Amino acid sequence: MLAVQPVVLLSDLLIFALVAALILFFVQLARDPLARGRWRSVFVSRIGSAAFLVILFYVLMALLDSLHYREPLPAIATSGSVAEPASETMTEPVVHYSQEVKSVLDAVLAGLHGQDETTYSEPFSIYSFARENQTSDDGNVVRAFPRLAHAGSHLQEGDSVAADVWQRSLKSVLTGVAIMAALVILHWQWRLRCTAQGCGLKSDDMGAVLPWKTIYITLGVLVVGACWVLELGQYYHILGTDKVGQDVLYQGLKAIRTGVLIGTLATLLTLPLAILLGISAGYFRGWVDDLVQYVYTTLSSIPGILLIAASVLLIDVYIETHPEQFQLTTERADFKFLALCFILGMTSWTGLCRLLRAETLKVSQLDYVQAARAFGVRHGRIIGRHILPNVTHLILIALVLDFSGFVLAEAVLSYIGVGVDPSMASWGNMINEARAELSREPVVWWSVAAAFVLMFILVLAANLFADKVRDAFDPRSAG
Amino acid sequence: MSLLTVRDLTIELPALVNARQAQRQPMVNGISFSIDAGEILALVGESGSGKSLTALAILRLLPDTLSITGGVIELAGDNLFERTERQMNAVRGYRAAMIFQEPQSALNPVQTLLQQIGEVLVLHKGLTGAALKTAVINLLEEVGIPDPRQRLSWYPHQLSGGQKQRVMIAMALACEPELLVADEPTTALDVTIQKQILDLLNQIRRARKLGVLLITHDMGVVSEMADRVAVMRHGEILEYRPGDEFFVSPQHEYSRQLIHSLPRRDFRQPLTTPEPLLTVEGLKVWFPQRHGVLQRVVGHTRAVDGVSFQIHKGETLALVGESGSGKSTVGRAILALEPLYAGCITFDGQRIDQLSQAEFRAYRKRIQVIFQDPFSSMNPRMTIREILAEGMISLGLADDHQQREAKLQTLLLRVGMAVEHLDRYPHEFSGGQRQRIAIARAIAVEPDLIICDEPTSALDVSIRGQVLALLQELQQEMGLSYLFITHDLSIIPHLAHRVAVMSQGVLVEQGECASVMNQPQDSYTQALLAAAPVICTGL
Repeated sequence: MLAVQPVVLLSDLLIFALVAALILFFVQLARDPLARGRWRSVFVSRIGSAAFLVILFYVLMALLDSLHYREPLPAIATSGSVAEPASETMTEPVVHYSQEVKSVLDAVLAGLHGQDETTYSEPFSIYSFARENQTSDDGNVVRAFPRLAHAGSHLQEGDSVAADVWQRSLKSVLTGVAIMAALVILHWQWRLRCTAQGCGLKSDDMGAVLPWKTIYITLGVLVVGACWVLELGQYYHILGTDKVGQDVLYQGLKAIRTGVLIGTLATLLTLPLAILLGISAGYFRGWVDDLVQYVYTTLSSIPGILLIAASVLLIDVYIETHPEQFQLTTERADFKFLALCFILGMTSWTGLCRLLRAETLKVSQLDYVQAARAFGVRHGRIIGRHILPNVTHLILIALVLDFSGFVLAEAVLSYIGVGVDPSMASWGNMINEARAELSREPVVWWSVAAAFVLMFILVLAANLFADKVRDAFDPRSAG
Repeated sequence: MSLLTVRDLTIELPALVNARQAQRQPMVNGISFSIDAGEILALVGESGSGKSLTALAILRLLPDTLSITGGVIELAGDNLFERTERQMNAVRGYRAAMIFQEPQSALNPVQTLLQQIGEVLVLHKGLTGAALKTAVINLLEEVGIPDPRQRLSWYPHQLSGGQKQRVMIAMALACEPELLVADEPTTALDVTIQKQILDLLNQIRRARKLGVLLITHDMGVVSEMADRVAVMRHGEILEYRPGDEFFVSPQHEYSRQLIHSLPRRDFRQPLTTPEPLLTVEGLKVWFPQRHGVLQRVVGHTRAVDGVSFQIHKGETLALVGESGSGKSTVGRAILALEPLYAGCITFDGQRIDQLSQAEFRAYRKRIQVIFQDPFSSMNPRMTIREILAEGMISLGLADDHQQREAKLQTLLLRVGMAVEHLDRYPHEFSGGQRQRIAIARAIAVEPDLIICDEPTSALDVSIRGQVLALLQELQQEMGLSYLFITHDLSIIPHLAHRVAVMSQGVLVEQGECASVMNQPQDSYTQALLAAAPVICTGL
């Protein structure tokens, strides 16, 4: 009866397939000594390790947010309301599930979710941001800031908010530090034992060279931060509430999945086109090259926004005319979201394609490609074995750089209203909704600030990581 | 007093704090020499011996990763290491100038000759306007550029390679320096141009009483130019003596090795019973020049314009020519890597120029190729095993795994490498070792003909000898025929049965090695032979 109904959205499948593919990719890489050496130089640097951990944390949030389910509704006693004969409901009680699709992240953040106020409230405030008519004890009607329904409801009249926040912060930080200390000690023990027994340690093992101090500190900050948010989120709105009283921090965290997914999916969609067209143009030349060049020059001279806006309109029309395919709002939002990823990918492959074409032109003139041709090696094999591995560094660099570009692009698109569905949490939507309030006095700054900070951390981490990857893989800088 | 004195110069790669390399690495180890005015000192050594670093250290132009840890360099009694960077700039280009190896990259492509040569004059002498122009014209005249007045507004790409090097020399001479440092000034040039540039250098140093530090690896150049010779290896000077003495009685074993690395002129006898393997008749490779949206063919670049020759079984034909003569294109056309415009190629009695890709695959096994640059001829992301096996797998030889493995091992041993090298990557080997691997790759499919496209020009002289010897041994063992494409005349007598000389897409002369080298008929061949530097050992 209490069992939940899992809901699998298309984007959920994609994100798990992606993570699996990434893990496989790293396993594969570990076999190639050259590549392993390069990745090692990425992780040996402190910035590289820290940025990777932050990205990993975001990905973990996105994964948690991708395990969707529907909760069962409590059984309704009045069976007559349904147009079914009473006898059937008696024999087989039908379980109805909520229209609201939840995720595991919602369960983790239960303290933040479902404590909606009526309208704006400032961070850590226990009063509303807007005055309302209130009837005082003596019957007079006064306009004042009402107490919030949920935030600080545990406080007695006259208790200091600051003191309570300090006390709870201290408690949660201590918990976080304790967890982290336990982790560090466990890991230390395990490493000591490993070095003592030499179990599975190779001579070029990563463990010896990784900047453990930086890793511990980064992990510590993340763990303590998570503890703090979970503890205080139960009692206060840490980043305030928005126009309809929803917790801003909760929305910001939910938007991580959108950001991460749009970054990776759109990037991955550009790859097949860019690789296929770029390499064939550079390798076969002649009319293939002409064709590919015409296509990408044409495509890149059409304003991207225009193309995207037109495509989004098409998708909207499709959704409207085929309502039977989309049972839930979430499904509709998901479809629109995937379509947006697809469009973004389709319109942004030209840059990488151009790079790959140029590099392939160069590589295919090298003697080893000529030697392979003199051996009668077939074109497909030459491309697969000689060309592709020697342009991988370009692909990798483009992959990581494009990621942050797409995260930012989503925010811009949602802001101008052609981005993801308004029902889906995304940083662009948050900014879009808070836009009008920025001109108000006193200003409502927290929605924009939350979106900005969360996006900034992700994009900064991705950019720093991309920088390190480029240093490691670019033959010119590697020397 | 000498013009330039170098005492105990030591250059080191400093120890890095957290990298693998924890020890300081000496690149140049306490070397001393001196140059008088009007004298040429040749600094000889193979790649990596530290000779270019020494030159850069004199002008204090070393890369930041290297540091000078000891020694003194004095230019006319003036310690260069005591100068500040600003004071040093007054020396560079004014009192000591440098000529680089590659004129292509040493000249700025977006500046005219007047701007480039004028820059030094403006900086150091403050010349402007008409005076500047006259000075530059005089300089260009001195280095033998025709019509200097018109060429003032030319850009480097409008000049030939030899002319660019002349412009470099003009820039170096602009402020009448006392010392000229020439870092392999002729390595990138053809022999006939090399001759002209060396003559020019010689003439200028006499006229101007210039001290010249000539860095080179070519013993022929040293023999013709140097008053004194310093032989460098692993950052140390092994021998330092007057030039004529050096060539008559070299003291150090390594010097002797360098001198004798030049093959002497004993000719290979032609084959007694020639049996034709490859016949090329009227070969033309024209590259279409396309124009416009529809890519109409508006004309042709005639890379190879009617070449005919024959290679017999077990024979080596040397195809000699300067860069741009189309000799490599001939090789590529035989390999069906370039389409023919006209002509006919017959291999072992069968016409092969009209075969389709698939039909030609049968001949891929029989005609193989070795490339010039051992660094680009192997995929850096494949192991030696994969590189060697690729051809065998592709051509369907040795499908059985164990058989293939055994063959790979014998191949590597045959070219003088070890079995454990199979699982390494190309970047772990030196140039000579890579060229051996490239040879192993070519002979892996047991070909009849190997096209060697300058296989030794990227190698040091001592290694060149070893690779050539290996090629000859293999020829004897397997009855291979070689088409040996080269610009290096010195290796030909020892290597080739017959010689064909190519110039601007056509063969100007071909015949038996001895007759072509001793009694050249064509004027181009004569010029080529006259220009090649030779060692006069006085024997």
